[in-house]
Amino acid sequence: MALYSEKVMDHFRHPRNVGSIENADGVGEVGNAKCGDIMKMYLKIDNDIISDVKFETFGCGSAIASSSMATEMIKGKPVSEALQLTNKAVAEALDGLPVHKLHCSVLAEEAIKAAVQNYYENKK
Amino acid sequence: MIYADNAATTKMSRAAIDAMIFHMENIWGNPSSLYEFGQKAQEAITSAREKIAKCINAAPAEIYFTSGGSEADNQAIISAAKVGAKKNKRHIISTAFEHHAVLHTLKKLEAEGFEIELLDVHENGLINPAQVEKAIRPDTCLVTIMFANNEIGTIQPIKEIGAICRAKKIPFHTDAVQAAGHIPIDVQKQNIDALSISAHKFHGAKGIGVLYCRKNFPLTNLIEGGAQEKGKRGGTENVPAIMAMAAALEESCANMAANTKKILAIRNKIIDGLNKIPYSILNGDAEKRLPGNVNFCFEGIEGESLLLLLDDKGICASSGSACTSGSLDPSHVLLAIGRPHEIAHGSLRLSFSEYNSEDEVEKIVSAVSEIVEYLRNMSPLWKDKVNGKKNFVLEK
Repeated sequence: MALYSEKVMDHFRHPRNVGSIENADGVGEVGNAKCGDIMKMYLKIDNDIISDVKFETFGCGSAIASSSMATEMIKGKPVSEALQLTNKAVAEALDGLPVHKLHCSVLAEEAIKAAVQNYYENKK
Repeated sequence: MIYADNAATTKMSRAAIDAMIFHMENIWGNPSSLYEFGQKAQEAITSAREKIAKCINAAPAEIYFTSGGSEADNQAIISAAKVGAKKNKRHIISTAFEHHAVLHTLKKLEAEGFEIELLDVHENGLINPAQVEKAIRPDTCLVTIMFANNEIGTIQPIKEIGAICRAKKIPFHTDAVQAAGHIPIDVQKQNIDALSISAHKFHGAKGIGVLYCRKNFPLTNLIEGGAQEKGKRGGTENVPAIMAMAAALEESCANMAANTKKILAIRNKIIDGLNKIPYSILNGDAEKRLPGNVNFCFEGIEGESLLLLLDDKGICASSGSACTSGSLDPSHVLLAIGRPHEIAHGSLRLSFSEYNSEDEVEKIVSAVSEIVEYLRNMSPLWKDKVNGKKNFVLEK
């Protein structure tokens, strides 16, 4: 069996929503260079709906795939719903991740939460 | 497919496959059996022992067959430690960037009360013999320093280190898994007491190796069970694999000069090509390295992504990133030469053999350059560096 599922490889090879958003309403960055993965999420939010989302990731195949999948899962959704996204849901949507790669899906969840947090702070 | 991971394993040579199949089909008796059919197998492995001994200028009686490089490393180190402990000598000298077959064995001994001193290998990945001389103490029972590094390919001054150990009467072992069949080994001229070899690194089969052991080296056995290998390694000999190993090593040694010339030409062109990628660095000394080894770090990217995308382009390579090591830390070798974690994560090892060809150079260089640029473009770390928010670690 290959290291990654077909879904992971698809999102890794053809990542969705790569890039940045100028004047984003919320930006979140998690991870660090020492550990070998950094994820940055950009949110455009209209009436509490995530109208656009982009990501940039420094990391391994599953980090890139997790970012890509997570952006797809929250795009067009209310902010409250995006906050409910769990790392487990991201990993499941990717048809699973190897055990030692599960932290990549955790980072995706944290990146979204950090971006939303930033959005709320900006709104204050 | 372009296979550029010959430090991981190599394709078996025709001669090795032929030797293996011939002995599987025809000489399948037990070498320990008394009857002629068994003795034919014994004769076969005797001839293999002679051939292998000749390749490293050893005596046939000094060649012990093992299941590979890891077992040979384990046996040499544990033997010297056991005998040392009996004389109250529990100090072992090694380096910080040994293969895990050595490092993990040393770690285990450390837990048993041995004192392990790992010498600094400097940014160029080379030991200075004076470091060894300085580290030797009255209670030193072993010096074990690898011949050539498996990741960055640097070749240690083995002859000089061996001379120091011999003068001080300290057993000297070297893990020569990456060296054997690729660069000249002469255990006599290079003052080596014990040396590990693995057949699948020079076009032999997997699961077979050699521990060369000089008479004075305090060898004990890891595996009990029979009189094979003069009682130092129980278990019926893997005759087909031994025969394949002898054929492969003989061939590699006979063609070494021509192979080296060919591989060097490929390697140097790859290094020149990859050096053009901004913010990249060659790991390990540029001169004192294995002919087939290339190891680079590229700032701002992670190695596993690079490997997966290279695989998509049909190129097999390796990396020292944490994600490929199965741990949270990147390669201990790259950390040992002082690369920060962040840079070590972005490493790529390409290793070549005589089965590679020059027309692969351009494909590899353009594929790596393209992928590094692609990954940098989606890396927030890279962007921060370009925008001046974070500092570059490597030079442009």
